[in-house]
Amino acid sequence: MSIDHIASLIFGRLDWNALPFHEPILVATFAVVVLGGLTTLALITRYKLWGYLWTEWFTTVDHKKIGIMYMILGLVMFLRGFADAIMMRLQQAMAFGGAEGYLNAHHYDQIFTAHGVIMIFFVAMPLITGLMNYLVPLQIGARDVSFPFLNNFSFWMTTAGAVLVMASLFIGEFARTGWLAYPPLSGIGYSPGVGVDYYIWALQIAGVGTTLSGINLIATIVKMRAPGMGLMKMPVFTWTSLCANVLIVASFPVLTAVLALLTADRYIGTNFFTNDFGGNPMMYVNLIWIWGHPEVYILILPLFGVFSEVTSTFSGKKLFGYTSMVYATVVITILSYLVWLHHFFTMGSGASVNSFFGITTMIISIPTGAKLFNWLFTMYRGRIRFELPMMWTVAFMLTFVIGGMTGVMLAVPPADFVLHNSLFLIAHFHNVIIAGVLFGLFAAINFWWPKAFGFKLDKTWGLVSFWCWVVGFWVAFAPLYVLGFMGVTRRMRVFDDPSYQIWFIIAAFGAAIIAVGILAMLIQFAVSIINRDKLRDETGDPWHGRTLEWSTSSPPPNYNFAKTPIIHDSDAWWDMKTRGYERPVDGYKPIHMPANTGAGVILAGLSTVMGFALIWYMWWLAALSFFALIAYAIFHTFNYKRDYYIPAETVQATEDAHTKALAAAAAKG
Amino acid sequence: MSHAASLNPDYVDEAGRPIYHPVEEPHHPEGHSTMLGFWIYLMSDCLIFAMLFAVYAVIGANYAAGPAPKDLFDLPLVALNTSMLLLSSITYGFAMLAMVKNRTAQMQIWLAITGVFGLCFLGIELYEFAHLIHLGATPQRSGFLSAFFVLVGTHGLHVTFGCIWLVTLMIQVWRKGLIPANKRRLMCLSLFWHFLDVIWIGVFTFVYLFGMLR
Amino acid sequence: MSAEAHNEHAAKTLSDHHHDDHHGDDHDHGSFKTYMIGFLLSVVLTAIPFWLVMTETLAPQTTGLIITAFAVVQIVVHMVFFLHMNHKSEGGWNMLALIFTIVIVVIAVAGSVWVMYHLNVNMMPTHEMQSMG
Repeated sequence: MSIDHIASLIFGRLDWNALPFHEPILVATFAVVVLGGLTTLALITRYKLWGYLWTEWFTTVDHKKIGIMYMILGLVMFLRGFADAIMMRLQQAMAFGGAEGYLNAHHYDQIFTAHGVIMIFFVAMPLITGLMNYLVPLQIGARDVSFPFLNNFSFWMTTAGAVLVMASLFIGEFARTGWLAYPPLSGIGYSPGVGVDYYIWALQIAGVGTTLSGINLIATIVKMRAPGMGLMKMPVFTWTSLCANVLIVASFPVLTAVLALLTADRYIGTNFFTNDFGGNPMMYVNLIWIWGHPEVYILILPLFGVFSEVTSTFSGKKLFGYTSMVYATVVITILSYLVWLHHFFTMGSGASVNSFFGITTMIISIPTGAKLFNWLFTMYRGRIRFELPMMWTVAFMLTFVIGGMTGVMLAVPPADFVLHNSLFLIAHFHNVIIAGVLFGLFAAINFWWPKAFGFKLDKTWGLVSFWCWVVGFWVAFAPLYVLGFMGVTRRMRVFDDPSYQIWFIIAAFGAAIIAVGILAMLIQFAVSIINRDKLRDETGDPWHGRTLEWSTSSPPPNYNFAKTPIIHDSDAWWDMKTRGYERPVDGYKPIHMPANTGAGVILAGLSTVMGFALIWYMWWLAALSFFALIAYAIFHTFNYKRDYYIPAETVQATEDAHTKALAAAAAKG
Repeated sequence: MSHAASLNPDYVDEAGRPIYHPVEEPHHPEGHSTMLGFWIYLMSDCLIFAMLFAVYAVIGANYAAGPAPKDLFDLPLVALNTSMLLLSSITYGFAMLAMVKNRTAQMQIWLAITGVFGLCFLGIELYEFAHLIHLGATPQRSGFLSAFFVLVGTHGLHVTFGCIWLVTLMIQVWRKGLIPANKRRLMCLSLFWHFLDVIWIGVFTFVYLFGMLR
Repeated sequence: MSAEAHNEHAAKTLSDHHHDDHHGDDHDHGSFKTYMIGFLLSVVLTAIPFWLVMTETLAPQTTGLIITAFAVVQIVVHMVFFLHMNHKSEGGWNMLALIFTIVIVVIAVAGSVWVMYHLNVNMMPTHEMQSMG
């Protein structure tokens, strides 16, 4: 046996060539990441924070801390995804008239794939999951989610997927297939490298976390609502979260199945999506969009909830048309399963099939339109306060409507035959995802930050960020609508026609404005943390809020509610305030809480190792980590002691502190 | 705006004022959502199988000039296998009846019998797979065989995990007795086991029996 | 928790939707009789389709329809007698989840077959995809 043979038994496909020393951009990035990482680790060690991080954060089962960790994960990955975006804009603005730009095809193709995958799976999904995790139990008057350990495990599985995607930057390569990895391009014949395998295992591992967190939140909303909170008294955000999680549980298994079949094709040579031996690549496209379309609504529905809460709070009015809002959400949930084919009208299913899906697509815009009218009527004759969350909401309404209308244009099959795969499509979905999902998340972050940390965010830097984002969005994406009409297709690296260039330069300029917006947001966080004493809110209710989360201290105690509230109205806290509710100050009882556990970190760590081993064909390590995973999971089930009681005295002390803070705030006026 | 109209009538005191905190805290004991959560998990698993059935429906007749179901399937063997699974379902049911009556030993025996039937099922399935591969009807041979092996194999993998889980639970019951946590777990496995039986109805009908009709 | 204790508790908390929260072992476990009924029905519902296909008594189309009907009935039998499905378990949420899942499964499976059938017809008019064996 030669050395090479032994090395390949141990390391599989992994060798020194997998490290991208030939790509100066990657080497520089790697150096920065290593330096930054080492500095962070050194600082944590220097200030002896490891124990604190492990016991208070990594092993926590507190839904609020898990929610915050999800948000941090999403924001970090957002920076990576945006770096990809700005590299693409730069390349496309440069590569004209024979110029090659600065990215080779191998690198550029990875970048557009990574951008899409990261932005959907590791930015949007963690951010909305984090938001739901943080808010849902508070809004329904619960002390935690139904399955607290599972919640921790879900978070770490999502992180494990993100780790694999990030590893692909420096070890090997990422997929060069576009974010949905259509076969036969993603098959082993055309993509023999590790890129697609990174894609598959990152999504499969993160998908376990997403599905489990969906199940967890459904069970929480169904089982843990405070007394009196009937379904039609749930806050709208909780309603939209319920529907989004139903969509998660009913669509992510489809993704799991279709990726598993692609895996079988790649790893054992089956013929599901091949072009020969009776495979059918078009079946992949069909199946992945059965997941893909509901996914769009998974992303947007919770943000519709956010806009509802924000609009009603800052207009000082009850939400207009609560019932119609709920029904619109439920209708969207079901209809989102009837429109998937509009993503591949051009594949050739013919007139009858295309007409059906074109019409259902137009129908699904009706409930969404109804929601917009509800928000407008909520604002109508309200005393609107233009705080940052409200500004993001208004920007959403104005911008999202355009994206919705271009979406209805694409829903017309004949028009889609012209616009399909063009930059018009790119402009459309960024129009709805940025204006809908991202603006909604920014509204949410500005709105609930004081709840999570006890102080408001700085308004000046928030405004800088807001205007840069809104203006930058239009400067960056309006040119793509134009280019789409000119017939430019997506995912191009170089162009011949010089008349396109000016539009790409404008778009790159827009991306630069957005970059300033992102920077301003990071400065906003930093400035606010530094000035936290000046921005502090002792009341727990800085915006004159309407739902239950504003009835707690900021940040809420780990048990959320010392005494479970009874709900009389969908705007429960508003109702309590207007009826002269008096907060009880004694008579607390011990509170039953779930105990922390490191099992989530360990299981997700083993999954990461297994994924990495499978990607690189290190079969012994894959088998070993798989059996370790099963064995540890079984071992974990032998631990029956998973809870503890917070003594009544501790609760009393915590609540007394809040009572004092409230009195001080009242005295200040 | 009349406030009184929107008060929840279950939570007002004698004077008609709203009550905002219950006298006794609502109790959420550990595991109170487990059965619902597990059922929702099963629904998501059901969708995985649905996709595999959809793939079988679409490419299950693409033989690529290779063997077709009539050349391969052995219905008496499938009938035997089906009976194993069906028997294991009823014996699991008997185990659950023993559990309700807290008859631990009786329950363990029924669980063991269930496990043996499960292993018989797996053994027969593995024999069938080995036989097919020996004939050259491998998963790589055609779209039909890819879809067949992955659909039936995924069901088999579920049964395998069910067996591992069953053994784990027998050990846990042996060590801790029929405490509420263990009962809850046994009920979850019961749902899982019977759910796999339901999936198998789809498999033997739409894969094996329909295959022989083509 | 016994049924009386449960009712008492429900009356005390006056909760409208938490009635089903607290019973660790209040679930429907069926009885020896229901399990046996379910088992015998399953045996019959399994045996007849196998017999029909193995003996080729009827035309394939007729057999196909009959065995499909038997499968559907047998799934319902398993749901009722083994999985103890009823509209009351978990306050109706189990049934709701099941119905929703069935709707999604029907849409996804029937839709896929419909879409892919039309694709084959339109995109491969001359090519014989299926070599019936």
